[in-house]
Amino acid sequence: MPTVSMTVNGKSVSAEVEPRTLLVQYLREHLGLTGTHVGCDTSQCGACVVHVNGESLKSCTMLAGQAEGADVTTIEGLANGDDLHPMQEAFRENHGLQCGFCTPGMVMSALDLVKQNPDPSEKEVREWLEGNLCRCTGYHNIVKSILAGAEALRG
Amino acid sequence: MYQFNYQKAGSQDDAVSALSSAEDGKFLAGGMTLIPTLKQRLAQPSDLVDLSGINDMVGIQDGGDSITIGAMTRHVDVANSDVVGSKIPALQHLASHIGDPQVRNRGTIGGSIANNDPAADYPAAVLALNATVITNKREFAADDFFDGMFATNLEEDELITAIRFPVPEKAGYAKFPNPASRYALVGVMVAQTGGETRVSVTGAGQDGVFRASDIESALSGNWSAEAAKGVKMSDDGLNSDIHASAEYRAHLISVMASRAVDAAG
Amino acid sequence: MSATGIGASIKRVEDLRFLTGNGHYTDDINQLDQSHAWILRSPHAHAKLNSVDTSKAAAAPGVIAIFTGADMAADGVGGIPCGWQIHNKDGSPMAEPGHPALAVDKVRHVGDQVAIVIAETRDQARDAAELIAVDYAVLPAAIDMDTALSGASLVHDDAPNNRCFDWEIGDRDATEAAFAKADHVVSIDLANNRLIPNAMEPRAAISEFDRSTGRYTLHTTTQNPHVIRLLMGAFVLQIPEHKLRIVAPDVGGGFGSKIFHYAEEAILTWAAAKVHRPIKWTAERSESFMTDAHGRDHETHADLALDKDGKFLGLRVATKANVGAYLSTFGSSVPTYLYATLLAGVYATPAIYAEVQTVFTNTVPVDAYRGAGRPECTYLLERLVTKAARDLGMDPVELRQKNMIQPDQYPYQTPVALEYDCGDSPATFASALKASDYAGFEARRGAAEKNGKLRGIGISTYVEACGIAPSAVAGALGARAGLYESAQVRVHPTGSVTVYTGTHSHGQGHETTFAQLVSESFGIPADLVEVSHGDTDQVQFGMGTYGSRSLAVGGPAILKACNKVIDKAKKIAAHILEADVSDIEFADGKFTVVGTDKEMAFAEVSLAAYVPHNYPIEEIEPGLDENAFYDPLNFSFPGGAHICEVEVDPDTGHVEVIDFTAVDDVGRVVNPMIVEGQVHGGLAQGVGQAVLEGCVYDADGQLLTGSYMDYTMPRADDLPNFSVSTQGVMGASNPLEVKGVGEVGAIGSPPAVINAIIDALSPLGVTDISMPATPNKVWQAIQASSVRQAAE
Repeated sequence: MPTVSMTVNGKSVSAEVEPRTLLVQYLREHLGLTGTHVGCDTSQCGACVVHVNGESLKSCTMLAGQAEGADVTTIEGLANGDDLHPMQEAFRENHGLQCGFCTPGMVMSALDLVKQNPDPSEKEVREWLEGNLCRCTGYHNIVKSILAGAEALRG
Repeated sequence: MYQFNYQKAGSQDDAVSALSSAEDGKFLAGGMTLIPTLKQRLAQPSDLVDLSGINDMVGIQDGGDSITIGAMTRHVDVANSDVVGSKIPALQHLASHIGDPQVRNRGTIGGSIANNDPAADYPAAVLALNATVITNKREFAADDFFDGMFATNLEEDELITAIRFPVPEKAGYAKFPNPASRYALVGVMVAQTGGETRVSVTGAGQDGVFRASDIESALSGNWSAEAAKGVKMSDDGLNSDIHASAEYRAHLISVMASRAVDAAG
Repeated sequence: MSATGIGASIKRVEDLRFLTGNGHYTDDINQLDQSHAWILRSPHAHAKLNSVDTSKAAAAPGVIAIFTGADMAADGVGGIPCGWQIHNKDGSPMAEPGHPALAVDKVRHVGDQVAIVIAETRDQARDAAELIAVDYAVLPAAIDMDTALSGASLVHDDAPNNRCFDWEIGDRDATEAAFAKADHVVSIDLANNRLIPNAMEPRAAISEFDRSTGRYTLHTTTQNPHVIRLLMGAFVLQIPEHKLRIVAPDVGGGFGSKIFHYAEEAILTWAAAKVHRPIKWTAERSESFMTDAHGRDHETHADLALDKDGKFLGLRVATKANVGAYLSTFGSSVPTYLYATLLAGVYATPAIYAEVQTVFTNTVPVDAYRGAGRPECTYLLERLVTKAARDLGMDPVELRQKNMIQPDQYPYQTPVALEYDCGDSPATFASALKASDYAGFEARRGAAEKNGKLRGIGISTYVEACGIAPSAVAGALGARAGLYESAQVRVHPTGSVTVYTGTHSHGQGHETTFAQLVSESFGIPADLVEVSHGDTDQVQFGMGTYGSRSLAVGGPAILKACNKVIDKAKKIAAHILEADVSDIEFADGKFTVVGTDKEMAFAEVSLAAYVPHNYPIEEIEPGLDENAFYDPLNFSFPGGAHICEVEVDPDTGHVEVIDFTAVDDVGRVVNPMIVEGQVHGGLAQGVGQAVLEGCVYDADGQLLTGSYMDYTMPRADDLPNFSVSTQGVMGASNPLEVKGVGEVGAIGSPPAVINAIIDALSPLGVTDISMPATPNKVWQAIQASSVRQAAE
């Protein structure tokens, strides 16, 4: 089996995997980073969103081999020790999560949005979230959280 | 997914030779359709030849009266391109509404066109803007490239390397998304290029993207939203499914065409 | 009151782990030497199983074992049971056909389980499953209810005409008499569309068997681990409770779909003892679509009798409900006791009669989904009342107000069994009308018209019954279990507390709100309280979380246990403070001798309980750890008013939900932040049902909405910001005076949306639109009416 190496949350990692291994399987099954979730098999729910080389993408729709040499950030890589990232903190403050299953993907997706658009409107947030499904919150508090997180990150 | 071999090509030649030496190989562009297809076990290629390492297939070139977009250029890069934005804003608008942000960060124009999903957006742009599809072997005029749903006139080992879009006088794209998948239930691109009016429709046809000649005629004489909306499209050859009847799709084509004209200005 | 007690919007305890990727959902857990399972499922809706040949698959790489229905049958494994027995009009019990975990003679829906393949990896198991040769003799499928009732093709040989039961409630004669004297009769036919729950976490399970102790452990995505232990242990696998541990770790949403005992749980548990390896199974989303129990799926005709002034005289309802291919755990109770008992709604209708036929079809079993029966009832009533107003030329607000149960009529005995304990529908309705600026609507309609849009407003006023349930009542109605809840409050020596609850939190935030109850009770900060749930080895017993019962039934159990702790602690304090126990007062976390400055802090008393040097040892035992069970006296009856405004694009038929106002009476609110979040989520599911979501089968029983490509899940840009508020009437029949909040959003909202759409289209002559109001359907309705108008 080929060896796939990359940097995940700042650490160099390497594992022997079948070519058919998806990036999300590599993260969850080989690295034990189970914060990235799988909620569908048609690349639509966004529970698996991570950052690869600074951009958000669906780790269920990328082969691990395609991420060879890449710099990957998952939900586990955001907080600084006990200090939540401002976007994580905004979700907590604004009750932007309930069951928590979609949350890692939501947070990772939101961070890509505010990187490109530091001061999004409510409409822009809602449109950005096309690839992230949530069944619990009705999105109301997720949108509120992302707007608050964006504000916090603007400082 | 079934088992397969994976290799990343460093050049166009590498990619073609890897494919020809494979038992049943497939090119892997952005993978936004291919990987879900493999996950559902709907395809069983022996080899995947990843094109993402081929540098000369990426990028947007301003050719003055045309724009050439490398086949491995991602939707996000077209959406964020100043060149595309200033010369063909309709194409920028189209690219910025393909799939969701994560799909746009991976999906490529070449992959989309080669796949020719009957509800994809880019085929409509190729057809309405009368683009040229450039491969490692030849150039296709837009009208000669697509060959029905999920089919093109590409040969097995033929690789799209770039798409050249002539800069139109006017162009607009309007999409009515499928409520579930957000693919185009009906997407219409209207364009005037070199005095010629072309109107393409995606999402609606049983054979994939097509040109709406009735609307082209109407707009040729009278470039207005009203003229487009006034065309009563036939529902012959249109898809009918749980989301939309053929009759409804026919109606939406006129409505989206009129909105595309409004967007084109 | 404690700063972290009842009424405080404290931030959730759960969030830290979920936000940092440290949750422990079932699929995140891995056991040493774990194997992986793939379930081979039927591609046919209805077929005879001639043979299942596993020989080639068994030799495939990595395969450990393959089992079929024949293997389970040979082991004497029982069928999956139904938890509620309903009786026919003639008193005979419902048809209750067998439900083998792995199909034996027939498959009865696409996705029915045929075999389990256990291998070293999941891919290997799936690879091998493709090598199993199944000889199916395809049979005609019974998909829609009318075809099924014709009996042309029988889903089960022992259910003639595919009828599960034919049930009734109410006084038929009194209702007929009411219709005989009516000035007006308004009728409606409508369907409540079938939904697919789609909790974001797909179902998953890991089974283990320890042969040295004979104990089984199953981690599973369930809302009620003790119920699974009871059903699976006692009825399916004959494993006594002390040898069976069920763990529901973090669960990623349920909405009802994770209440039920599913076949995979039994198959995995049984197989673990065969292969002596832990076995893990996680559903693909495609499997969730075709195996998670679906919701709703009713067809109803109803008539409302009114007098000349618009007073309701009687209501007559006939409903057909689809139960799918097998009776799921609560599938029989949803279209009966959770539906027709609410037919009075918020109205003082004196006579009501309803009959419900349930039908087996070759589709996925149908069971409780957020609201379960009450959304179907509310949709019927609020569509019918709105239609009555239109038909009679009355104002829909006035017609409702005229017929509402008035505050001084509580407790109110309805003609369909329930007694509403408290409520004030006119008050929540008035608040919603004000909050939505109902009076100013016509100006907004006019403004929309200028933009080429058709704007409409719709109302729904509702009451629901939740906090399931008084055990004696449920038992008398056919429930095969008690429906109390249990709690254990363990005070540790230094004054921190662990609470064990039999409910389960899968998004509701119990770890926060239940800690607030204890904080309030003991006067200690909530962060000194940990709530433990989900593990049958830790929690004494419980009935789990569904029917908006956790706070209304589980909360009082915690309160009772807290009060037992306080009673005992007072005795300890009295002894140490050398006072009479009747002179000990407990407030703000301190035990005080009345009228003195002698006091002990809560933690001092708890320490004394565990270090009993100076202790009333002859009177009480050491320790401070109390259990309680609470069985409610009645359901809880939340209610309220929902008002929706939509704009329809007449060119495309697209409906945009512009504004949604909800004023809900959920009694006392423990954590306002969480309550609002619960309402938001319910509203999204209600709006989803009204305009987006609908399960579609073709005539052969293939699921056409089998993925997110075709099943429309509400997305962020489909929904507005919601305006929600609560306006509680205290007096609910539980010591906390709380009512359920989990389902109100999904119950009240669908008719508000549809009434708004019909209102928007009414200038065109449209009088009906069915759910989901998809663009195609709305456009079609506009076309049909325009055509009709032109013809007239």
